[in-house]
Amino acid sequence: MRSGLAPQPDIAEIATPDSAGGISTLPEYFAYPFGMTDHDHHHHDHDHSELSATELRVRALETVLTEKGYVDPAALDLLIETYETKVGPRNGARVVARAWADPAYRARLIKDATPAISELGYAGRQGEHIVAVENSPALHNMVVCTLCSCYPWPVLGLPPVWYKSAPYRSKAVKDPRGVLRDFGFELPAGTEIRVWDSTAEIRYLVLPMRPAGTEGWSEERLASLVTRDSMIGTGLPKQPHEVA
Amino acid sequence: MDGAHDMGGVAWSGPVAPEPNEPVFHAPWERRAFALTLAMGMPGGWNIDMSRFARENRPPTEYLGMSYYQIWLAGLERLMRERGLVASDEIDAGKPLHPAKPVAKTLTRDGVAAMLHRGGPTEREAKSPARLAVGDRIRARDIHPPTHTRLPRYVRGHVGVVERVLGCHVFPDSNASGKGEDPQWLYTVTFGGRELWGEASDPNLKVSVDAWEPYLERI
Repeated sequence: MRSGLAPQPDIAEIATPDSAGGISTLPEYFAYPFGMTDHDHHHHDHDHSELSATELRVRALETVLTEKGYVDPAALDLLIETYETKVGPRNGARVVARAWADPAYRARLIKDATPAISELGYAGRQGEHIVAVENSPALHNMVVCTLCSCYPWPVLGLPPVWYKSAPYRSKAVKDPRGVLRDFGFELPAGTEIRVWDSTAEIRYLVLPMRPAGTEGWSEERLASLVTRDSMIGTGLPKQPHEVA
Repeated sequence: MDGAHDMGGVAWSGPVAPEPNEPVFHAPWERRAFALTLAMGMPGGWNIDMSRFARENRPPTEYLGMSYYQIWLAGLERLMRERGLVASDEIDAGKPLHPAKPVAKTLTRDGVAAMLHRGGPTEREAKSPARLAVGDRIRARDIHPPTHTRLPRYVRGHVGVVERVLGCHVFPDSNASGKGEDPQWLYTVTFGGRELWGEASDPNLKVSVDAWEPYLERI
């Protein structure tokens, strides 16, 4: 197995399947039509029958593709396992923590992020060309893909539903401060806000500001402050008191 | 194409709704749809631009009415149907009804890590020098091809500045149509909020897109 996909010990923030193979955090199976939230979507019977049809169709498709010899179900299992348990935002948190702790690494990351990130073993699909953009008191960066769902998989895993949703894709480039309010924080009016629309195969990683009061912290401890949203630009890192 | 997928700046009611402790997938079928899509890339032989076009090229009501992985699934079915790999009657029946088409290779479990690690880099050796340089003022062309393009509507016709030269990359407009990679110089171009959205826009907003040279004219 290549280093980029090697099992990582601290992946606590990534959801894991329960023993029955289902998702333990949701009582039922929901799809998320664009523009609807999960809340809007609860308790509509026709949606459940529609989803059952989708589920049956996926099963049928997998059977046909397997019997035709196009896919190997064991390979499918490993693809799912990889993105549910190995590739996720803990990878990006390590990159950010290293940049906070090591000025030379930070300089390499800003100059050319792809090889710098590869130093930590993260590379490959949907992260072939990565650019890191750094926040400062004068500048806040936010990443979006208005055309589809481009996202730096090797460092952040698969994108959350809101990132792929119509409200985010439509609003981020026009009213990013409004998006930040949806996430519960207000950016100072004087701070420049810079939105990166991922329209090509370049993937963007936000390097958030290191929280005050973390002098002398180890990289591992610093990584515990780094949230997924702070690396997209829709959130801020945790404060030291939040991780105790 | 000027489709519903091109969402930048479109008025949309309702806030962005983050989901606390969101799982990677929301249903078992989403897992399988995701994995089938990744795995079929190898025997299918299509490229990422063809995949994107197969997803976005549908009426707005359909695009907006489907969930994310339902769109992936619809795109996958279309790509396979177009190549005669799977017919609709087979999916309806849940079993093969026609002989399998020979494919060059399939993804095995042992091949997964290498396939993901390899990814699909798009940078190519440049055959000619870049025509634009950092600091150049450009106007994004007002193009409306019925085929795949990655120049979003909200920047077309607007004036911006070249901020980075990103190298020579596979050109999606060509690659999606099966006309070859036709690599072109790629730039990060930055627009002011007021240039894009008018006087009422935040004066401290800047938005950039990554745009290939054929999308841009120097002014």
